[in-house]
Amino acid sequence: MECVQRRKQIFPWFGLDIGGTLVKLVYFEPKDITAEEEEEEVENLKSIRKYLTSNVAYGSTGIRDVHLELRDLTLCGRKGNLHFIRFPTHDMPAFIQMGSEKHFSSLHTTLCATGGGAYKFEQDFRTMGDLELCKLDELDCLIKGVLYIDSVGFNGHSECYYFENPTDAERCQKLPFNLENPYPLLLVNIGSGVSILAVYSKDNYKRVTGTSLGGGTFFGLCCLLTGCSTFEEALEMASHGDSTKVDKLVRDIYGGDYERFGLPGWAVASSFGNMMSKEKRESVSKEDLARATLITITNNIGSIARMCALNENINRVVFVGNFLRINTISMRLLAYALDYWSKGQLKALFLEHEGYFGAVGALLGLLDSA
Amino acid sequence: IPPDSLPGVSLPSLGGSLTKLAYYSTVQHKVARVRSFDHSGKDIDNEPLYEISVQEEITARLHFIKFENTYIETCLDFIKDHLVNTETKVIKATGGGAYKFKDLIEKKLGLKVDKEDVMTCLIKGCNFVLRNIPHEVFAYQKDSDTEFRFQTNHPNIFPYLLVNIGSGVSIVKVESEDKFEWIGGSSIGGGTFWGLGALLTKTKKFDELLQLASKGQHTNVDMLVKDVYGGAYQTLGLSGNLIASSFGKSTTADKEFSKEDMAKSLLHMISNDIGQLACLHAKLHNLDKIYFGGFFIRGHPVTMRTITYSINFFSKGEVQALFLRHEGYLGAIGAFLKGAEQDNPNQYSWGENYAGSSGLMSTSPDVSPLQRTRSGTFDMLEMDRLERPLVNLPLLKDPSTYIPDTVDLTDDAMARKYWLTCFEEALDGVAKRAAASQPDSVDAQERAEKFRQKYWNKLQTLRQQPFAYGTLTVRSLLDTREHCLNEFSFPDPYSKVKQKENGIALKCFQSVIESLDSLDWEERQFALVKGLLAGNVFDWGAKAVSDVLESEPQFGFEEAKSKLQGKGRSLLEGPPHKCALIFADNSGIDIILGVFPFVRELLSRGTEVILACNSGPALNDVTYSESLIVTERIAAMDPVIHSALRDEKLLLVQTGSSSPCLDLRYVGKAPLCGLCASAAGWSEVWLWSVAVLWPCSGHAVAALTALCCSRLDQGLAVLVRERQTDLVVIEGMGRAIHTNYYAVLRCESLKLAVIKNSWLADRLGGKIFSVIFKYEVPCK
Repeated sequence: MECVQRRKQIFPWFGLDIGGTLVKLVYFEPKDITAEEEEEEVENLKSIRKYLTSNVAYGSTGIRDVHLELRDLTLCGRKGNLHFIRFPTHDMPAFIQMGSEKHFSSLHTTLCATGGGAYKFEQDFRTMGDLELCKLDELDCLIKGVLYIDSVGFNGHSECYYFENPTDAERCQKLPFNLENPYPLLLVNIGSGVSILAVYSKDNYKRVTGTSLGGGTFFGLCCLLTGCSTFEEALEMASHGDSTKVDKLVRDIYGGDYERFGLPGWAVASSFGNMMSKEKRESVSKEDLARATLITITNNIGSIARMCALNENINRVVFVGNFLRINTISMRLLAYALDYWSKGQLKALFLEHEGYFGAVGALLGLLDSA
Repeated sequence: IPPDSLPGVSLPSLGGSLTKLAYYSTVQHKVARVRSFDHSGKDIDNEPLYEISVQEEITARLHFIKFENTYIETCLDFIKDHLVNTETKVIKATGGGAYKFKDLIEKKLGLKVDKEDVMTCLIKGCNFVLRNIPHEVFAYQKDSDTEFRFQTNHPNIFPYLLVNIGSGVSIVKVESEDKFEWIGGSSIGGGTFWGLGALLTKTKKFDELLQLASKGQHTNVDMLVKDVYGGAYQTLGLSGNLIASSFGKSTTADKEFSKEDMAKSLLHMISNDIGQLACLHAKLHNLDKIYFGGFFIRGHPVTMRTITYSINFFSKGEVQALFLRHEGYLGAIGAFLKGAEQDNPNQYSWGENYAGSSGLMSTSPDVSPLQRTRSGTFDMLEMDRLERPLVNLPLLKDPSTYIPDTVDLTDDAMARKYWLTCFEEALDGVAKRAAASQPDSVDAQERAEKFRQKYWNKLQTLRQQPFAYGTLTVRSLLDTREHCLNEFSFPDPYSKVKQKENGIALKCFQSVIESLDSLDWEERQFALVKGLLAGNVFDWGAKAVSDVLESEPQFGFEEAKSKLQGKGRSLLEGPPHKCALIFADNSGIDIILGVFPFVRELLSRGTEVILACNSGPALNDVTYSESLIVTERIAAMDPVIHSALRDEKLLLVQTGSSSPCLDLRYVGKAPLCGLCASAAGWSEVWLWSVAVLWPCSGHAVAALTALCCSRLDQGLAVLVRERQTDLVVIEGMGRAIHTNYYAVLRCESLKLAVIKNSWLADRLGGKIFSVIFKYEVPCK
């Protein structure tokens, strides 16, 4: 990325994406600080850098995804590492409080933020943290972030990948995908809810549709059905469950394939359909329920994405968002469902930095504004 | 059940609890017939004009019954008792229950169960009701005055999208009778609502879950846009109330959520999802009609409402969510049609029999829970076969937007109240008249009372649920009364009155003609129109008139003329028309002294005339068979009529209707006989023949010649093209005011009637016995 007025933007460089469930924070840690700069650097800037880079967890809920860190990145002429941090949105007040305690406002930096929370917490930043947020458009940031991260690559590896043989556990493998000529592409962002964008060029995109059945729905239903309290716990349960005990499959109704309509027997005819029966409700485990919830939400997203791709006449679908974090089951299922129902016409693609693109876009927005 | 009966059963798939049975029967009906006496060489002055006889006729009827599974054995006993046909070896069954109850059925009935594909049956049934039942389709609007907005039948029902929401969702694109395609589906359907709902709320029954949902607040469970954006969503042009993430607020183990709130959230989630997918499919296939069915929808205002909302939202109003009155029967109808394929019921037109059908029960749980329960348990639909296929009048300017009825009583509460009361008040008189029309029958009194009770009950139902049979109109009220009369073997209560009046009027014919002929041209034109209108005063269907007629039997043509308010005017200025089509109204003075002199004038001007009369009796309206006799007698007196008949310049046709009102619209596919089809090619053949909308059952039908394409019809199809009908005259309150008042035709038209109802006169801004004379020239 070219940045003409490069030294104008003073450190620290942050990008913030405040979603419905999670806050995503990217932090650029400059590694090329000259002695002269070091001299000038104020104390609390140092301490912020030290705090963020020397820890992998912040408080009880903040986490740095170390495995995603982008090293030796050149951004606006500066060399450094890009760090990826997340914490739940409900801890936002504590985060602002911390900023206030560390006298963040005295740094006279701009804090660029996107996501709905940029609006929701704007006032809190102002009153509690004495900070003026620079609010950036969510979708602009998302696309900018995706294009940027893909262009710089993942520490020498490909950012974009796909699954070959997604249903065959033995033969399924993750393979790099070259997204050099990305357009047109359908970008499906699965956060708490889902947004679907058709991207025709860097600046030409539209929001096609969205659905409220997203990551929040999976997690919310799992909490209600299983009593779990974290997304990781829900996914862990799902990985041990059997959804076919919960769902009614085509073969449960027709004894096999429904040939009249070309429906395979293994296809789900009714999600949670078996749960209409009292006996079956009593015989399923929490793990089965978690799995069924995951399969239901994932299949539905796949189905809507497929219909949008057909309507927009686009054959590459990129799935991003934190719902996919550590969620191989969903990724493989999306890959498979898109391939199967489109008879190989559609390809599901994934990106390593799943949920962080909005925050990256916000950081880039900060640098652009300099 | 007669020998050719072939029951079709639709057994619900798991989760469903209703069985629907379809069967075909023939029904014996009494039919009034008229036959001309041989008058040669006799003194005809003291003889009745013609002979009236009542005969038995057999007509075809389709029955559809819906009942709870618990009654399946009773149902099978019923079938067994009625199954007189030893030829029947197979019963067609569809639905998941076809597997479940197969053994029971085979054992009980000794018939082989032939399982039919669910979707094929569903679509066959859907095509059938769309084609044959008026006001089958409705849009649902919770917050408007009329919950159910019935749609006018479009001449072309294809293509459409059928979204069946059972335990899962099937989206089927239907392009023609035999061509349909599964284009998608979703596993998130009724089963998800039920199964997941049962897990979340520990509530076992589907209906109870819906009840819970209707009481809940989804905003306690769902994450809304405003929850994510805080209060600032207004600046973004987003509605803060949109759901950002379903169940997005329940992502915690520490909080309790109410059953109601969770059920509501689940309902929204599922309805929105289905609506979104349906819209995406509709967009991809460029379709704007989506019919929804399946147990998730069936009679549940809560789900109809959420689905409608979702479709509006996702299609931005471009697609309409539509529902079907008889959605629950589609599978059974389809299974039946599959079984009856060799008889091809699709070659006929069918009409809903109001007397035998329960109608759409109030779906609102608050309004009448009692009736709702009843309708869930037992509900029926009867359809009568019309021997003539129904097509629309080719002269209609735009058949797809034509709405026959002038006032929609479902919409207009004031008018509804008035007319329902009006029909209630007239009921005793009608029952009396019916009993009196059969003085030789021992049980006439008893049957008349049964009729009275049945129609009374229908009227009460309609007071509660005006939408029960589709859009409520004066026409449907009149037709329901005819259906009920028929049901109790009163095929033609006015036959004797008509006979007498025709006789009297015929005696005056010559003097009326003489006096007309003595006038100069201008005076004569005026007198002719005045005569037409005066004749139309004689209407036993109008209470104001029947009161006069009952009390002053001597009331005559001249008195009627003097009662008329206002003036008529002549339309017979300018060059003569090529061919006029006249829809006649009443027997007696109306047809003989009003219409015939007018016909005669037209004929003398060189205009050919097609005189269309009802096929079956309705009130004192002249029937086709009566018109044949009357015309024959007039021809014997009048050389103009005589030669016109001989030269085929005057043609008598039947409308196909047995209603005092008139629907000019296409209601059924014209099942063409080979001759017609080859003559014209399907797409452009709108065979000439006037459609009846509420095809009256039994007698009406039976009076017709049972030919798919009678010579008359075929001749007329050619005739309309060749002779280029350029004037249509529609006479009478029923045909020109209650219906067709706003009908737009492609040629000149004259709608005339005398307002014989003071309330209606008030509404139209006139007085009782005011004249409606609506002469319209189509804009070029």
